Amino acid sequence: MSEKPSKKDVVSELKVVAKEVYGTITDKKLPSLNMPIRALQNVKYDPKVGFFELVGKNKERTLTASTVKTFAQTLMMMNESKKLVETDDIATKREVYYISKNWGEARFLDQPESDTVMDDIEAMMMTNREQLGFIPEEKGGDVAGELVVIDIDSETGKEIKIDCTKFGSGAYSVPSSVEHLKFQTDAKFILAIETAGAFQRLLKHKYWKKANCVLISMGGVPTRACRRFIRRLADDMKLPVYVFTDGDPYGYLNIYRTLKVGSGNAAHINQFFCVPQAKYLGVTPQDIIDYKLPTHPLKDIDIKRVKDGMKNDPFVQYHKEWQKALNQMVSMKKRVEQQAFAAHSLNYVIDTYLPEKLKKPHTWLP
Amino acid sequence: MEQKKLNDSDGQTVAHQLAKKQREISIAEFFSKNRHLLGFDNPRKALMTAIKEAVDNSLDACEEARIMPEISVEVIEMSENRFRIIVEDNGPGIVKAQVPKIFAKLLYGSKFHRLKMSRGQQGIGISASVMYGQLTTGKPARITTKIGPKYPAYYCELKIDTSNNKPDLLKESEVEWNKEHGTRVEIDLEAAYQKGSQSIDAYLKQTAIVNPHATIIYTNPKAEQIIFPRATDKMPEEPKEIKPHPKGVELGMMIKMLESTDARTMQSFFTNEFSRVGPGSAKEILQKAGMLPDFGPEKVSREQAERLLKAIDEVKLMNPPTDCVTPIGEDQFEKGLKKEIKAEFYAVTTRPPEVYRGNPFIVEAGIAYGGEQEADVPIRILRYANRVPLQYQQSACAVTQSIIQTNFRSYGLSQSRGAVPIGPCTIAVHLASVWVPFTSESKEAIAHYPEIIKEIKLALQECGRKLASYVLKKQRLNNELKKRGYIEKYLPYIGMALKEILTLSPAQKDLIEIDLKGMLEEKRGKMESIEAENTEYDEGMAKLGANAEGEIYDDENKEDPSEDDDKTEEDSEDKGGEDS
Repeated sequence: MSEKPSKKDVVSELKVVAKEVYGTITDKKLPSLNMPIRALQNVKYDPKVGFFELVGKNKERTLTASTVKTFAQTLMMMNESKKLVETDDIATKREVYYISKNWGEARFLDQPESDTVMDDIEAMMMTNREQLGFIPEEKGGDVAGELVVIDIDSETGKEIKIDCTKFGSGAYSVPSSVEHLKFQTDAKFILAIETAGAFQRLLKHKYWKKANCVLISMGGVPTRACRRFIRRLADDMKLPVYVFTDGDPYGYLNIYRTLKVGSGNAAHINQFFCVPQAKYLGVTPQDIIDYKLPTHPLKDIDIKRVKDGMKNDPFVQYHKEWQKALNQMVSMKKRVEQQAFAAHSLNYVIDTYLPEKLKKPHTWLP
Repeated sequence: MEQKKLNDSDGQTVAHQLAKKQREISIAEFFSKNRHLLGFDNPRKALMTAIKEAVDNSLDACEEARIMPEISVEVIEMSENRFRIIVEDNGPGIVKAQVPKIFAKLLYGSKFHRLKMSRGQQGIGISASVMYGQLTTGKPARITTKIGPKYPAYYCELKIDTSNNKPDLLKESEVEWNKEHGTRVEIDLEAAYQKGSQSIDAYLKQTAIVNPHATIIYTNPKAEQIIFPRATDKMPEEPKEIKPHPKGVELGMMIKMLESTDARTMQSFFTNEFSRVGPGSAKEILQKAGMLPDFGPEKVSREQAERLLKAIDEVKLMNPPTDCVTPIGEDQFEKGLKKEIKAEFYAVTTRPPEVYRGNPFIVEAGIAYGGEQEADVPIRILRYANRVPLQYQQSACAVTQSIIQTNFRSYGLSQSRGAVPIGPCTIAVHLASVWVPFTSESKEAIAHYPEIIKEIKLALQECGRKLASYVLKKQRLNNELKKRGYIEKYLPYIGMALKEILTLSPAQKDLIEIDLKGMLEEKRGKMESIEAENTEYDEGMAKLGANAEGEIYDDENKEDPSEDDDKTEEDSEDKGGEDS
């Protein structure tokens, strides 16, 4: 894994961009900003690399009467970033939106507007927003199991050890920035889980002890911090990562695919925010048949998502197994939830499903 | 079955009893009971209609005599709901013997039996006003007329004998009148005076718009005098009288023509009495009808007349001559609109003459867009027929139908399906014809002939296209203005951000803004401009009759607002439609 740019680099890189803009203006030309296009159409997938890479399509935002507002806002936000990094401070995405309220006419009218400009700068600088001094509000996910996380006390600067077996019916919460964390563990694998409900059941019966693993609840599409946490833990401790989601296109294509190879929108930082070693455990369309699970009919939006994936997603296009599984799901017209195993018995998932699946790697998906 | 013996002699059957009650009703009696058919539905409308009929007659008379019209209209409030109207013109006057018939006999007039573009058509209007006045006040109409400087003026008081449709001359005398020639009509009637779009003020104003050659002096019930001065010394071209075209003749009319013709053979009947029928076409018609050319017209039976009509249908005939219809003309029409409406944009179209049922007609349309007109309301519609403004029954009129059927969305106005468009816009439509087909005798709405609707739509489309290019240009300029606004608004922030990131001097920051502004504006090019200047606009005139429709001068009328409600009017009219 490559090193990230240091703080000093960010400030000087911001200045390089600003200087270029300024130089163009003094040359009596209209300046423009260049950034990679953030979309699936601008990524490629190679399993040897392990994540979605940019293929280098750029968009050029030239200053015109129609772009002048966004252009001004981008430069204003770059200036905010410079100030944050220089003073070693951070601002949440929401706070940045409020800071803009001091910009008079150039202020953002709502947060999605400011988030987009932030993503643009991030892509332009080819770095992640944390490096720019911007952090998300969302938390990273819940962790329980045979793991000790070593964090640093912000007051004393001393190391503190957090034992993830000692949270009882609760869990350790992944912080928004995870670069400084260190780990100690004897666990055999990491199990990443989509829903809090399924996580609670495994936690209640101390499945992590039974299986000697680390349980992580992603709560839907994993946040960048959660992806980064799993990646660092898996890399540092050389642990395999197994993923357990609802058996539906959202679980496959949005949650699992984003965790493993990243997304189109954040293609410029996928390199850091991906978990190439992740494997898909279940629930697969075949599991619906094998375990006689109660199902729901596929919704129109599910079918549309599958079609989009087949057509546009380089990950799906690469893996024949996934195409087969998705086709099987569409022809069955059925989807299944993680908690459907309760139809057999409450602990069926712990006693039967997970142990069996772990023993049969051929039933997993890549 | 045994036949019941019919007892004719003792008159005991029901039919005999009924027969005692059955008698002829005169037209005058019929109209006195159906006054709404003539436009006397309510006191407010009655005042309007009475004045309108008198003014129409005056204008027609002046034009026919090639006299530049000078018309004075006076409305005096006698008591709470009783008014006196006095309309005086400088027309040719009326010979003494004709006066009673013209003013006190329904369906008497010079215009019904001819085909010539004129305001009046049936010879009902003014006598209906006389009758209405007499019914509501008991007072006779008072006429003064003078036919030339060497003749004395003739004065008379007239009533209508309603059961016989005959004039009742109450009083007559020779009087002094220091006027070379002209006619003065004075009628007392029950009425209500009010302002607004259907008022006398509005009617006279609209009349002035399409009759720029006339001077109209109006004295309202508050004794305020308003003068609509003559705007042109050019008399409208005199419309020519034409003979009927065979395709426009119906059975009744054909029979009447056959009865009254001087022609001794059918061949000469056709060539003399109709337009566009030469000896060849006449022969062809008669041949198809199975009739000999030298057959006597007086011998033609009803069945034969029907066969003639059928034959006419099958024969190809040239359209009637169209020089008998004179339009207002694009220039005059536009001037009139400009006088009345302060808009940004005007488009006027005069269509070439067309023919419906053998009657030539011309459609003219004008659009006035933007300016000080209200934007979020249905557009204003001005309707004219032979230079007479139509103020009632807008929804029943072919003009309104044509507007609804035209897609104004593509011309930059908003419009829901089946509705009048919404926008800051006025549309004026004028129909000129030797015979304007109205939906009723009160002449308030034009009937829905497909040929007429088609022409109105074509005229509207022509104006609409011109409007669209204006509206689009305006939108483009607005966008441009907005974008230029953006440049001013946001450039300072680019300067500010660069200044802070690169720690530039204030002078450098200012230079950034100046440079960028120069480059961006140069790129956008020179700003187009659309300024509309309207020198014709007459503010005093525009205000006339423009106030709220609800403002009612007569208090009594307030007690029954439903009567004056537009909706009620439309409703009752809808019912009429079902009946017929």
